[in-house]
Parts: sequence; structure tokens; C-alpha cells
Amino acid sequence: MVKRRDLVSTNQTTTTEHHPALAHHFDNMEQQQGASTFGMWVFMLTEIMMFGGLFAAYLIYRLKYYDAFKAGSTSISVSWGFANTLVLIASSLTMALAVWAAQRGDRKKQVTFLILTMILGAVFLGVKAKEYKDKWEECHIPGHVIGKGFNTWGGCDVNNPKLGNIADEMRDPKEHGDPSIPEVSAIQTAKQTEIFFSFYFAMTGLHAFHMVIGLGLLTWLTLRARSGEFGPAYYTPVELGGLYWHFVDIVWIYLFPLLYLISRHQHHG
Amino acid sequence: MSTAVTTVKPVMPAKHYLNDNYGIRSWLLTKDHKRIAVLYLVSITFFFFLGGIFAALIRLELLTPQGDLFQSDTYNKLFTMHGVNMIFFFLIPSVPAVLGNFILPIMLGAKDLAFPKINLMSWYIFIIAALFSLAALVSGGVDTGWTFYTPLSTGYVRTNVIVMAVGILIAGFSSIFTGLNFIVTVHRMRAPGMTWGRLPLFVWANYAASLIMILGTPVIAITLILVALERGFHIGIFDPKLGGDPVLFQHMFWFYSHPAVYIMILPGMGVISEVVTCFSRKRVFGYSFIAFSSVAIAVFGFVVWAHHMFVAGISQYSAMVFSLLSFAVAIPSAVKVFNWTATMYKGSVTLETPMLYALAFIGLFTIGGLTGLFLAALGMDVHIHDTYFVVAHFHYVMVGGMVTAYIGGLHFWWPKMTGRMYPEAPAKLAALITFIGFNLTFFPQFILGYLGMPRRYHSYPEEFQVLNVLSSAGASVLAVGFLLPLIYFLWSLKYGEVAGDNPWNATGLEWTTTSPPPTHNFHEVPVVTEEPYAYGEEEGSGVH
Repeated sequence: MVKRRDLVSTNQTTTTEHHPALAHHFDNMEQQQGASTFGMWVFMLTEIMMFGGLFAAYLIYRLKYYDAFKAGSTSISVSWGFANTLVLIASSLTMALAVWAAQRGDRKKQVTFLILTMILGAVFLGVKAKEYKDKWEECHIPGHVIGKGFNTWGGCDVNNPKLGNIADEMRDPKEHGDPSIPEVSAIQTAKQTEIFFSFYFAMTGLHAFHMVIGLGLLTWLTLRARSGEFGPAYYTPVELGGLYWHFVDIVWIYLFPLLYLISRHQHHG
Repeated sequence: MSTAVTTVKPVMPAKHYLNDNYGIRSWLLTKDHKRIAVLYLVSITFFFFLGGIFAALIRLELLTPQGDLFQSDTYNKLFTMHGVNMIFFFLIPSVPAVLGNFILPIMLGAKDLAFPKINLMSWYIFIIAALFSLAALVSGGVDTGWTFYTPLSTGYVRTNVIVMAVGILIAGFSSIFTGLNFIVTVHRMRAPGMTWGRLPLFVWANYAASLIMILGTPVIAITLILVALERGFHIGIFDPKLGGDPVLFQHMFWFYSHPAVYIMILPGMGVISEVVTCFSRKRVFGYSFIAFSSVAIAVFGFVVWAHHMFVAGISQYSAMVFSLLSFAVAIPSAVKVFNWTATMYKGSVTLETPMLYALAFIGLFTIGGLTGLFLAALGMDVHIHDTYFVVAHFHYVMVGGMVTAYIGGLHFWWPKMTGRMYPEAPAKLAALITFIGFNLTFFPQFILGYLGMPRRYHSYPEEFQVLNVLSSAGASVLAVGFLLPLIYFLWSLKYGEVAGDNPWNATGLEWTTTSPPPTHNFHEVPVVTEEPYAYGEEEGSGVH
């Protein structure tokens, strides 16, 4: 249980070579790496709780307003979402390869794989921006302020040719609500679908924000890797950066089915 | 190891963390956990007195039944700013970020916390958060209450809710980083021989509080983000007008904010375990029970949040479950109180100032805890929820408990932090004044609440005036009790007696190093060979 620690004065160390990356308050590189890695896992626990709060709220509304969530889900593009999923999985592979290269001290490969990871991350964010733009044009932005209202009830142009199929869904009283009062049920579905989009933007937005932070981390790692800081004796930052990157990928692996794949087969079957 | 013998006048060590380096840069860029603790101490002292000013204004308004001093809007802002300042900028960082930051690594025999840069960063994050909160304050304040209930906060009030929410969100990250640092440090940085079963109870308590910090705080973060988005962009997750559900907000808010009261009280309990044991000169009674009751409180604390929502329209069955679980939290809390009492039994109790505060804690926390059970009872809660009974209960736990423990702990470790003793006579007087002032302030509020006076109003029916005047009079006594330590602590920095390494003859690694400790805490890496709290056998020699 207790970390071994040699009885020496604070200014000396018994390890034969004092690695330049060893901080003064650690005894040796193993202790330092252990502490850093453990700290990163604890940090990811906090991230899980943060996304977890959002996921819990999402699940509650999905159960409550299932039809509206289904309708909202069909209006976002599975193909782009799927393509982005592949991009992120590929970026996880290049990230893992960067860690492997760092462990071997291969400077060139480290830098190459880190840059590749960053490019894939940027592609993901580009696709995400394109998807956001589509939603903007389709008037699927929640709220009365930035989107000038939602669909039919906020002044958005219903005749916009790009308007998604939610409006049609809402006009179809067979599927949604009581046919005798089609307007009321349409407005309610619109509000509920708006909540779906609130979650869509909040969840993918928080995820994209983590991607941006990740790109910042990767830039920093690339600069350090280029100066040859990492090798078999010290590669903790690359490894922990990798852990973070994989974590953000895994969040997307959950987001994709939750947001894009709600009961798809019923609409395309 | 240098041993201070009481007959020889102790001298200040030549080199220590305070004179290792000089100048403002050496403080603002320090990575030394002890200096960061001092930075926190100065910052939260400011917020304590700022929050205190708001409390004073509230009590001034409530002297008379009419709402004559402030408009109701202004009054709403006062109690909101009082709550926000005291909870997020004083109570949550108080014991962990000041005493914990200073003492915890030394107690473990470590040279520093695991991540010194993150530790410094947490202070800067705290300051940025504080600036947001002050910006919200000077630009008109916030009037939602510290609870930010929706849809009031997201749709109706016209004050700066977003700025304040961002401030609290940022403050949360400071707390997360402190918790993370503590957890990793306890796991990875213990000195040889410092097994889990030998950890001081202060460490156990802070470890348990850290668990809540890292697991609970992210949830309030996401909740406040959603509140800010809803207010800014009308996204409608919590607003019933937009199809959302305000009760969901309450669930998410209390999922953090109930455990948060354990973030506040647990480290205080840790202080009490140290102080009671030291001044009873006895091994602590039931070490493992006290240690595990801290963890039990952290775990139970996560499953009782809906007891804040009994009248908010949750189902009867979930209310019953939450009521039952809330009663269950009383068990580990009572375990602590009984063990402290048993530690004192047949001990050689002496009444130095820290012990006076510890005794006050035990009594006041017990009253605060037991009245919590009134509120956890479903039928009773319908009658007294949202009355001054709740206010009194909360303040008995938070002020009578946590603030008392914090000030007591500050007295206990002050000689370690500064190398000088505070003056004992005025300190005892201040402890007495605080105790009297506190009870005079808050005990009448139990009666007021029971009689039906609601909280958060600036006027009240005339028959409540006598009790309110008593309460306001008590508040002014309490203010004296809080100002006195500020004065004599500052005085002692220059004129206090030199304390020596171990003025209390206490056990624990922090008392084996010099006062103030050197920058790297120990001149030699300590090795622990004994159980904790080995009082009685050999005076003050838990370590060799």
C-alpha cells in the first residue's frame, strides 16, 4: 500500500539519473506517473458526472416526449453523423499510435500522428458546423431569440423549401395527437421537438467544446513532442492527452445513437 | 528531529516557507500548498465579512415588522447575495482550501499536494469566479435566492442571473480541482508507514468531502449551464411555458446542493476529531467508526436530495423513500458525536480556545442535526418548510457547525501556520461571545418558524417582533465574536509568542516539523511507526 520512499534529504535522490521532468515533490518517475494517471482518471469521473447530468435530463424528456424526439431525430442527417463517427474512431486510432510512438521515442511518428489526430478532429468540427448550419436554415434552432422562433409558431418562414420534415409530421394528425384538435397537438409537438433540439445543441455543443479543448491540448503536445521531450522514460503527457481524447470520442459514441438513431427504421422501412 | 522542550523558550526557525522568498511574485506564482492556503485564507476572509455585511443588513431590516429599510426587491438581493457569498465563496472552500491545503500534505508526510500547479490554478479559478460574482453584485445584484429556482430565474427576474451562474460554475471547477488534488495525494503521496488505518481523521474527512466535490460539482455545473442557456436563448428545458419541467431543475440542483452541505460540514468534523482528541489527551474512541462514518455520510449524502422537494409535487412514494434515507444520514453523524463524547470521557480535558470551539460544535451541530430530522419527517415538513425553522436548522449546522469548526481549526493550527501563538485570553472571550451571540441569533428563529414566519420576506406580522429583535441583537453580538479573532490574529503575526514546533503537545506529523514549516515541509522524510492519536503513553510522540 505504501509507496516506497528512500530516507534521504530532500535535495537528493537515489535514482541513478534524475529525469528533468521529475517534479521536486515526487520521489521517482513511477510515483509521478502513477499520480498523474490516477488524477486523469479522477478527472474523467467528473466529466462523466457532468455529461451524466445532461444524459439523465435527456432520457427523462425522451421518455416523456418520445414522438417529438423521434420526429426531431429524423430531421438530422444520419449520413453526416455516421461519417463523423468514423472520423472520430479514426482519430482515436491515430491518437493511440501517437502514444505508441511516444513510448518508443520516435519523434517524427509522434508528431505525424498527433497532427493527423488534429486534422481528423478539425474535420469532425467542420462537419458539425455544417450540420449546425443546416439546422439554422431549416429553422430548427430552439428559442425565440437566435432562431427567431421555432417552425410555425415563432415567425419562421414555413414555406422555406429547406424546411425539414417535422412540419409535415406536425401537419399529419394521424400520427400525432388527437385528430379533432390538430393545431393544438401540432403546437405541442413543436414545443416538444424544440426541447429535443435544445438537447441536441446542448449535448453536441458541450461535446464540441471538449473537442476544441482537446485540439488545444494536442497542439501543446505536438510542440513538446517536436522538441523531443517524450521517450520511453517519460511519455505521461501524451498518454493522458490520449486518455482525454478517447474519452471525448466515447461520449460521441453514446451521443450518436441517442440523437441520430431514435427509431429510424419506422421512417425508412 | 528537533524537539522543543517547554522550559526552553522556543525560537523561530531561521528558514521557513514564509521567508523562503519575498515579493508579490513569489506569492502569486507560488506552487507551495502552504502559501496557496494563505492566499485562500485572505480571499475567503474577505467573502466571509462581505457575506456578513449582507446578513447584518437582513437582520437590520427585520428589526421592525414593516418593510421600512429596504424595498422587497432589495431585500431579495440581500439574502441572495448573502447565501451565494457564504456558500460558494466561503463555506465550500473554507476548511478544505485553507486548513486542508495547508495541513493535509504535511499530515501525510508529503512535500506538497500531488499537483501543485493545479492547486495554484484552483485559486486563480476561484478569484475569476469571485470577480464574476462581484460583477453581478455591483451591476445590480441577483434576487432569485441562492437556489436559482426555475422558471423564476430563467424567465421572470430581470437581474444578472447569467453572470452569477457563470461565477458559481467557475467556482465549482476550483472546488473540483481541490478535491481531485486531495484524492490523488491521499492515494499516492503518503509517507512510509502512513497506512490507511493510520491516516489522521482530518484526512479521512477531507477525503470523503473530496469524493463529493468531484462527483457532485459537475452536476451543478451542467445544471447552471442549462439555466444560463435557457435564460439567454430560451431553450426551454426547465420552463413549463416552453414544455420544460421545473421539478427537473430542482432534482438536478439538489443532486449537488444537498451533498454540498456535506462538502461543507465533513471537513469541519475532521477538525473536531483532531481537536477533541488533542485536548482530551486520549486516544480517539472508535477510530475506524469515525473514519468510515465520513465515507458513509458522503455516500448517503448522494441519495437524500429530494427531501428539499417534499412539497414540490414529487410522488408520495419517492418522498417516503427520500424521507427514510434522510433519517439514515443521522446514523453516521450520530456515530461521530458519540465517539467524540466517548473520547472526552475520562480524558484529561483542558479548555484551550480550539477545544471551546469544538465543544460548541458538538452541541450546536447536534441541535442542527436533530432539527434536520424534523424536516425529514414528511408530515412535519409540510408545516415548517420554507419557514424560519429551516433557516435556523441550516444555520445551526453551517454556522454553529462549520464556521465554529473552521475558526476552532484556525486557532488550533495558527501556531503551525504562522509560528506564533494567538493571545489566549481574548481568544477565549471571543469563543464565548460567538457562542452566546450565535444562540441568541438563531434559537429564536426555530420558534419563529414553528409559529409560521416564512423566510425571504422583508416584513412580518407584529406578534413576531420580540423574537426578531432578539435575533437581531444576537447577530450584533455574533459580529463582535467574529471580528475579535480578525483583530488578534493580525496582532499575533507580529506580537504573538513564538509557538515552537508543538505547542499543544499533539500527535500527528504536522507537529513534528518546525512552525512555520520549511518550504518542503520536512527536513527529513518522516517514517510513521505508530497508530494515530497515541496520546497517553508517551507525551506527544506519535512519530520517531
